[in-house]
Amino acid sequence: MAQSNSDIKYLTPIAVDTKKKKYCRFKKSGIKYIDYKDDTFLLKFVNEQGKILPRRLTGTSNKFQKKVAQAVKRARHLALMPYVGDLLK
Amino acid sequence: MINQYEAVFIMTPVLSDEQMKETVKKFRDLLANQGAEIVHEANWGLRKLAYPIQKKSNGFYHLIEFKAEGSVVNNLEINFRRDERVIRFLTVKLDKHAIAYNNKRRALAKETVATPTETPALVEDVENEIIND
Repeated sequence: MAQSNSDIKYLTPIAVDTKKKKYCRFKKSGIKYIDYKDDTFLLKFVNEQGKILPRRLTGTSNKFQKKVAQAVKRARHLALMPYVGDLLK
Repeated sequence: MINQYEAVFIMTPVLSDEQMKETVKKFRDLLANQGAEIVHEANWGLRKLAYPIQKKSNGFYHLIEFKAEGSVVNNLEINFRRDERVIRFLTVKLDKHAIAYNNKRRALAKETVATPTETPALVEDVENEIIND
């Protein structure tokens, strides 16, 4: 029985550490300006409480993360997005 | 130094349609008097606020895009603060990317108005198919 473990052979190597590489969607699609008036788009960058998602989750580059944050904050000021929310998604 | 700015302000929902237009006119005249060139204007109408402001849950949104000196913005914001019909405002300086974005968006909007898109028809077709199934 102890041997059976080592007997298992795979034809193709098992997928370990083949995480999909994250990318910055702004760099990829060439978006240069993030509109604070487009609240449905900004909703992609906040969690369901309305908090801005970190870039380690979204993959946004530093340059655009700053712009996203600025846009979300502007949208909040104009009551297009809530400062604190519940079940936004 | 002339820059392009964009001001969005929210007016109280207690105003009648006429009063709302009067308020907008006031600020438009104010800008014009100070030599600002109004590039674009948009009325978003009565919108629901994401959170209550001064115990109001709705507001009239209005956007004015203009070219002016920086001092004009100061004056405009003073007047926003003094006017009790305005409950919230935001003035933003537009960089070149923002101006390009706004122009592109406006052109797109014009196009869709001029030529009614085919998408509604397509949606209907799909719905009909589902019903037939």
